[in-house]
Amino acid sequence: MARTVYTLEFERPLLALEAKISELKQLSSGTSVDFTDEIGKLERKAKKLQAEIFRDLSRWQVVQLARHPNRPYTLDYLSSLFTDFVELEGDRRFAADRAIVSGFARFDGQPVLVIGHQKGRSTKENMLRNFGMPRPEGYRKARRLFDLADRFRRPIITFIDTPGAYPGIGAEERGQAEAIAVNLEVMASLGVPVISVVIGEGGSGGALGLGVANRILMLQYAWYNVISPESCSSILYRDASKAEKSADALKLTARDLSSFGIVDEIVEEAPGGAHRDGALTAQNVAAAVRRQLAELSKLSPEELVRDRYRKFRAMGVYASAG
Amino acid sequence: MAWFQKTATKVKAKAPPVATKGEGLFHKCDACNEVVYKQEWEANFHVCRGCGHHEALPVRRRLEMVLDPNTFEELDTELAPADPLGFSDAKKYKDRVRSTFKNTGLRDAFVSGVGAIDGVKVSIGCFAFEFMGGSMGSVVGEKVTRIFDRAHDLRAPAIVFSSSGGARMQEGIFSLMQMAKTSAALHRFREVRKPYISVMLHPTTGGVAASFAWLGDVVIAEPKALIGFAGPRVIEQTIREKLPEGFQRSEFLLDHGMIDAIVPRPELRQKLSQLVQLLG
Repeated sequence: MARTVYTLEFERPLLALEAKISELKQLSSGTSVDFTDEIGKLERKAKKLQAEIFRDLSRWQVVQLARHPNRPYTLDYLSSLFTDFVELEGDRRFAADRAIVSGFARFDGQPVLVIGHQKGRSTKENMLRNFGMPRPEGYRKARRLFDLADRFRRPIITFIDTPGAYPGIGAEERGQAEAIAVNLEVMASLGVPVISVVIGEGGSGGALGLGVANRILMLQYAWYNVISPESCSSILYRDASKAEKSADALKLTARDLSSFGIVDEIVEEAPGGAHRDGALTAQNVAAAVRRQLAELSKLSPEELVRDRYRKFRAMGVYASAG
Repeated sequence: MAWFQKTATKVKAKAPPVATKGEGLFHKCDACNEVVYKQEWEANFHVCRGCGHHEALPVRRRLEMVLDPNTFEELDTELAPADPLGFSDAKKYKDRVRSTFKNTGLRDAFVSGVGAIDGVKVSIGCFAFEFMGGSMGSVVGEKVTRIFDRAHDLRAPAIVFSSSGGARMQEGIFSLMQMAKTSAALHRFREVRKPYISVMLHPTTGGVAASFAWLGDVVIAEPKALIGFAGPRVIEQTIREKLPEGFQRSEFLLDHGMIDAIVPRPELRQKLSQLVQLLG
């Protein structure tokens, strides 16, 4: 699918420079004038500029990268890293929910369950995917497949990428909170390896509903938190435009979460962000998942449940008042 | 020249103390405005005898209400909020916690321990909504987790009264992870085959509703409590419509099969007693 150009403000100088380079390249191929030196110089300059921009990204800039529409989504990882994918869609209760995709596939030849949030790129796709915001049916579908994976002893890989679970009338009527709650407990009970990769947005309970894993990996420019920076700022400052400030206050980047010991591994993205080179980013994801899966595969079902319990049991920071 | 000089003394009109005929003796119902004897209203656990409206009941009073006299032993009282993010908005989180502690006498939004209901030992806890909207940060998550740990070790029923706006923003990702932590601890508790009864009070939303509160073996709600995942304001902003009357209230949830029963507060102790004996 042709991807529309979507430029973030802070990428502009870099993209301008790159446009100039490709212009020169085109020019030099049509004439006898040799621009090789000039092009080389500009390419080095572009590389340096990119490094400079990305070295000091603000948290708000990271949030913008996490939402970049050309960023790889779950289905992109499914097609580049997995083979034999068979999608299973039924929650057996009410409806199919296309904000979550799920099914069995092979990773390095090994059968696994893959479940992930799915956003759309076009308006039409986003209608279908509900902007990656699941309704209870999505979580109940996931729950059904978690049970299957557990029974057939298939490792589980989840991809997290949602602004949050959908806050609508129907979703409430059918028990959005209950559906997420049940997944938290079911995931805690699974006797198979569970690896979650936060690939874009980790929006609160809607993200965690697929996230109770033995290992939590997070892409370099993804965010994960209890609330989106916009909602946080509309509560705190009654002004959604202070999201930049809220992003800093919430500490929601991979680096933050890794320093808190919540995230086990940060997966490096392609230079300039995953949207600049999805294939390279996917390779990095594959390498990390492969490594974690190899370690977890040594554990028995009971050990896997214990490992997950201990991991989450230790989360939280509090004081002891004398 | 004036014979007398006016001095500009402002006369402060101080209202004479009005005899309010027993200020503090009466209580006006929030819902029906009926005025009743405060003592009688308190004896009825803050429930209006006229219209049945349930007003908030202080956390310790609630525990006394359901437990046998003098059996409640509060535990984990040493747990107090830390500030892992160094969070600050208009006010520093640390200062907010300190001033809330001063106003409420509570270290955080949850009181828990052990007690007995008609002689059956239970591991029990209750939210204090007056502490930062009953929001769940690391302390609340840890206390709820210990309720299940203790119930597991004692092989006793667990009871949690929830009343919360959800996870506490000021502790960021740590708050979110309390949802997973409590649910994992609850799962471990299930193996001892004792009941966990969740009672949802007004209001219970967000990360608390979407974790242990909705995972009760039995889920009970008080009448007309607001219970749901998203708050009504967020839903209205999303769908750009006014929500129907009674949406997300206990009665609505019961009709949709999302909870097991609505129990008026004065009957709560008896219902809990029946349940722990039938299942415990």
